[in-house]
Amino acid sequence: MMKIKLSVQNPQLCVGCQLCMYACSRRSGSGGLGQPAISVRSSGGMSKGFTIIVCRCCEAPPCVEACPAGALVQVKTGGIRLQKDKCTGCGLCRDACIIGAVFWDPVACQPDICVQCGQCALFCPHDVLALTKSDEGGT
Amino acid sequence: MKSLHRVLIVDLSAQSFIVEERPDLFSDFIGGSGVSSALLREYRGRSPEGPIVFAVGPFTALYPMASKTVASFLSPLTGNYGESHAGGRSAVSLRMAGYGALVVLGQAPFPQYLVVDEEGARFKDARSLWGMKNCSTPARIMREQEGGAGLRSILRIGPAGEKKVSYASVTTETYRHFGRMGLGAVFGMKMLKGIVLKGNRGIRVSDPARYKTLYQELYKEMTESDIMKKYHDLGTPANILPLHEMGALPVCNLTRKSLTGPEADSLSGEKLAARFLSRRLACAHCPVACIHLAALRLEAPSEPYFYQTSYVSYDYELLYALGSMIGVTEARDVLRLIDRVEQYGMDAMSTGVILAWITEAGAKGLLPPEAFVKNPPSWGQTEAYLDLIDKICFAPSPFFETARKGCAALAEVYGGKDFALVFGKNEMPGYHTGIGAHLGFLLGIRHSHLDNAGYALDQKMDKEVFSSPDHLALALIKEEAFRHILSSLVICFFARNIYSPSVISELSRAAGFSLPESLLEKGLELYRAKLSLKEELGFRWEDLSLPRRVCETQTTGPQPDQAFARETLRAARRLLQDTPATLFEE
Repeated sequence: MMKIKLSVQNPQLCVGCQLCMYACSRRSGSGGLGQPAISVRSSGGMSKGFTIIVCRCCEAPPCVEACPAGALVQVKTGGIRLQKDKCTGCGLCRDACIIGAVFWDPVACQPDICVQCGQCALFCPHDVLALTKSDEGGT
Repeated sequence: MKSLHRVLIVDLSAQSFIVEERPDLFSDFIGGSGVSSALLREYRGRSPEGPIVFAVGPFTALYPMASKTVASFLSPLTGNYGESHAGGRSAVSLRMAGYGALVVLGQAPFPQYLVVDEEGARFKDARSLWGMKNCSTPARIMREQEGGAGLRSILRIGPAGEKKVSYASVTTETYRHFGRMGLGAVFGMKMLKGIVLKGNRGIRVSDPARYKTLYQELYKEMTESDIMKKYHDLGTPANILPLHEMGALPVCNLTRKSLTGPEADSLSGEKLAARFLSRRLACAHCPVACIHLAALRLEAPSEPYFYQTSYVSYDYELLYALGSMIGVTEARDVLRLIDRVEQYGMDAMSTGVILAWITEAGAKGLLPPEAFVKNPPSWGQTEAYLDLIDKICFAPSPFFETARKGCAALAEVYGGKDFALVFGKNEMPGYHTGIGAHLGFLLGIRHSHLDNAGYALDQKMDKEVFSSPDHLALALIKEEAFRHILSSLVICFFARNIYSPSVISELSRAAGFSLPESLLEKGLELYRAKLSLKEELGFRWEDLSLPRRVCETQTTGPQPDQAFARETLRAARRLLQDTPATLFEE
């Protein structure tokens, strides 16, 4: 089974342009910064560089474990999917992700979870992000 | 597009705000500089020190490199219309907060900072921040108080703004500025320490599929073609060597024709990158990352093995103004001067030109002894210049009171107008390329080298353009008119060769808003509207003239000449009064 995984490969090259965030927002066909599932913020002021926060496809995802409704599912090809009809909006998934990669849609009152589509990496001008594929031996 | 049409109007005196829906404004004036100048005209009677208006454009947060915020205000430096553009994140943050423009009226009862988000404006106590001797600590405190990491922008002034230095700037994201014409002093007059803008929202487009396709093409052009390479690699300091080689880099208040080869090399983008470059940054939604930071490591004066490392943003204009213009050619010294000016929140270009004038006026014996610790500085004396910058910001004497008003004010009081390098009371940018550039500084509405491409005309040396005052005036106005479209769409001028009129039209259709068929005609209309505002504020064509010094110092481009300049200005005035746009399109 081929697994895909988004990773932050060269954080020191991040210039803070946030094109990744716009690319993520554009998946819905709109512009702006409506609910991206990736965040780029300064590491305590612009001179100190940037912190990139995005789902890292944990082997044993705490967000999935924390969901009491079974709304989050770990998919075999990599990443997490939200089953919106099951989500109660309790927010326990967000609390469980200590890196802060479970973003929140306040209107829908549901998490915004990265689906590992790689659009952010495609629009990263400095190869900070990469979508990697690995053969996990047909599991 | 509905969020763009919302104008947030904040009254500091009344501590209140309202939101107005103004689709008319964005339909007539597009956005950015068109809208901000129109709002300034509308509200200018409502504040004794004048309102501050910020505006963004319909492309902001939709397409890359359309992330400038335009500020319009009454300039304390020129006494007329002031306009300043800043990169950073403020444009995106203002639009994501749900507004196309922000108007700030009145005066706060005590030092405050504003928080602007989708719920409107909040007024926060800034008394503990007032009087701090740098720009960065207040920003850190506002950052810690207000949250919104990654989705906010923090505008603030330093001590120069608080002390109403007429060329004080407003800093955003540490390294970008509303630099020119004294917006920082207007903040100071309003007791406004800063503004935190924050928000996130989506923007619907009319044709999502086409929007995505066009976005991808635009991105490809910006990242794969050679158009942006110069800004990408070395940043604007890439211009130092070419301008030096053509004799266009101003040196020692234009008393010298050029730097020596090794001096120019020391200030070059190539050398700075090799010695100091530590990080590169981008404005929001820009793949180019032209902001270059130098790591400046200085020994602590009091104790061994202690160092202070500052990260200093260096651009061409700063290397000119605080380098070649005052004869400082050791890059490390220039970085120290830039750092000082940054911390105080002063416009680097104005400060450099004023230091240059003080050096020359001091040597000619025009200045009072209070101006100096011992003797007037000689060219290149970094320590003396650091001391003068401190005094311009803080010293209470009459001389420094005048220095806080700008170079034109100094020359008015102490003499030396012939070598005061000011254009419409604004200090000169770093392009002594020829008469095209210098007339461009005068004809540009905000008196900036970025307003029109006078310097590019000089470099092309197109014989027809310089064959008569009429031809030159036409070329300058045509360029200025198109730049009014770019600045109303808040497109970075570095991307002007990508955002052609046809590209702009196509992008606007996919996004779902309409622009006039003839962008040049619209640009001319916006230019004329601003000129008429300037005339209402007291601008007179008769007052425009070139500083004598620029005519005396040789350039390799078309040599500035007073008579030709006067004729070109007359031609420009005539063309702007009654010429149909079709003439410019030919």
